[in-house]
Amino acid sequence: MDISIPDMVFYLFASITVASGVLVISARNPVHSVLWLILAFFSAAGLFVLMGAEFLAMLLVVVYVGAVAVLFLFVVMMLDINFSELRQGMLQHLPLGGLIGFVLLGELIALSVAWTFGDDVAKNAASPTPTDPAVTNTEALGQLLYTDYIFIFQTAGLILLVAMIGAIVLTLRDRPGVRKQNIGAQVNRRPEEAFDLVDVESGKGVSLPSKKG
Amino acid sequence: MVEALFNLFGGEGEFLYFVAMVAAVLAVVLPLLLAVAFSVYFDRKIWAAVQMRRGPNVVGPFGLLQSFADGLKLFLKETIIPAGANKIIFLMAPMITFVLALISWAVIPFDADMAIADLNVGILYILAISSLGVYGIIMSGWASNSRYAFLGALRSAAQMVSYEVSIGFVLVCVLIAVGSLNLNDIVEAQAGSVLNWHIWPFLPIYVIFFISALAETNRPPFDLPEAEAELVAGYQVEYSSMAFALFFLGEYANILLMSAVMAILFLGGWHAPLPVLEFIPGWIWFLGKIGFGFFLFAMVKAFVPRYRYDQLMRLGWKVFLPLSLFFVVFYAAIFVYGGLLPTNG
Repeated sequence: MDISIPDMVFYLFASITVASGVLVISARNPVHSVLWLILAFFSAAGLFVLMGAEFLAMLLVVVYVGAVAVLFLFVVMMLDINFSELRQGMLQHLPLGGLIGFVLLGELIALSVAWTFGDDVAKNAASPTPTDPAVTNTEALGQLLYTDYIFIFQTAGLILLVAMIGAIVLTLRDRPGVRKQNIGAQVNRRPEEAFDLVDVESGKGVSLPSKKG
Repeated sequence: MVEALFNLFGGEGEFLYFVAMVAAVLAVVLPLLLAVAFSVYFDRKIWAAVQMRRGPNVVGPFGLLQSFADGLKLFLKETIIPAGANKIIFLMAPMITFVLALISWAVIPFDADMAIADLNVGILYILAISSLGVYGIIMSGWASNSRYAFLGALRSAAQMVSYEVSIGFVLVCVLIAVGSLNLNDIVEAQAGSVLNWHIWPFLPIYVIFFISALAETNRPPFDLPEAEAELVAGYQVEYSSMAFALFFLGEYANILLMSAVMAILFLGGWHAPLPVLEFIPGWIWFLGKIGFGFFLFAMVKAFVPRYRYDQLMRLGWKVFLPLSLFFVVFYAAIFVYGGLLPTNG
């Protein structure tokens, strides 16, 4: 047996990723599912580190584990869905689901066989893992993304922006009767317009002046 | 740091390297835990001084051992697990909080070449780990099976995700000036004297970073996840004994970490303010700067009343997000058109 430490770490991370991936779909409690999903993301980040793609690993943790999965967990905890009830029809839907999975797998295989790279792409595909140790992984990725793939990169950003605006437009509703705090108006309020000092004669009382502004 | 210890031990064999690594970790973690204990004491003393009280002054000289007495008290108490709690997650949550608070320190450079790991993506690593901190809170809130704890956890999730965005933009501004994600490079870019520190050109984003760090560490005035006036103690409400102590230690370790990050990004890291003062070792300067950052945190706690939740969200999304985005554009424009970009890449 000749297994180096990086190999051992790879098998550790890989088996954790696969095992937690299985547990995501088999866990009974949906919150547990999300927690397993987070573990899967995290060990995938570990795999990226082993490949020398430390920038991608950190981004995976920041974006997926740190933000997306938090919101995911947030929603799943708030929802009051009986997931075991949803799961009851599983055997019934298994043939259809299996068929779809099978078709997808077939398409992927066909694609990987028939796929050919353009002339530049083969060179570009190698450049994010630089052979020159002076060039860091982050720099190499940036040089590739902002030169050859700048338009695709910008388009991806634009699509995300459109999706974000779309989500806001879809969920924004104007509810009447909701009083909102106007911080500017509050801060600009002066004592003169907020209250009056009144000398009250004893026994006379005072009639309230009409409310100002 | 690992390499230095490795050479000190003889510099041969994988086992010795492992020993050197463990020694390096202990050399950071043990002083850190001591520092956490004393920072709790200093926090309480500063708070007391602002309110013209004495603060802790009974246990040990000047009350210095108060934190240890509190720790011992918590250690001796019974761990209570609520009947309706999800036991495993309930017990895992404080451990996660504590571990995450410690592992960020792996990349903090205390002096030139004095960090456990000198990562190329050091600052991203810190951002990643601090963004994981929310899991300890959200898991504890959910697993406690209590309304108060759950509300605290939900608040904290929204709060930490919101303020991370502006922290990210602040980091981008500094990274434009440095041209590297490596913490060593960020500190070296500020070498020379106090005039070279990033705090001068980046003063506005230093303020943004500081306020966002308050929110990120759930410190007053943004301690809404544990707001005792409305949520009893938020996500900590069901915790007792060591589980509570782990949350507490993790919280303070995170505050010290944020102070350290501020020292690295803006206050010149381990560099002395004047070249004349270089004879004092760098790590003493660095610890002093962490102390300064912690002092700011403690003073804010004493001065500022707690925010309301909608005000907190408004500040994060409607003020800090556009402002920090503006500063990214502003600094990028200055550096690009002023020809000030670093030339290492």
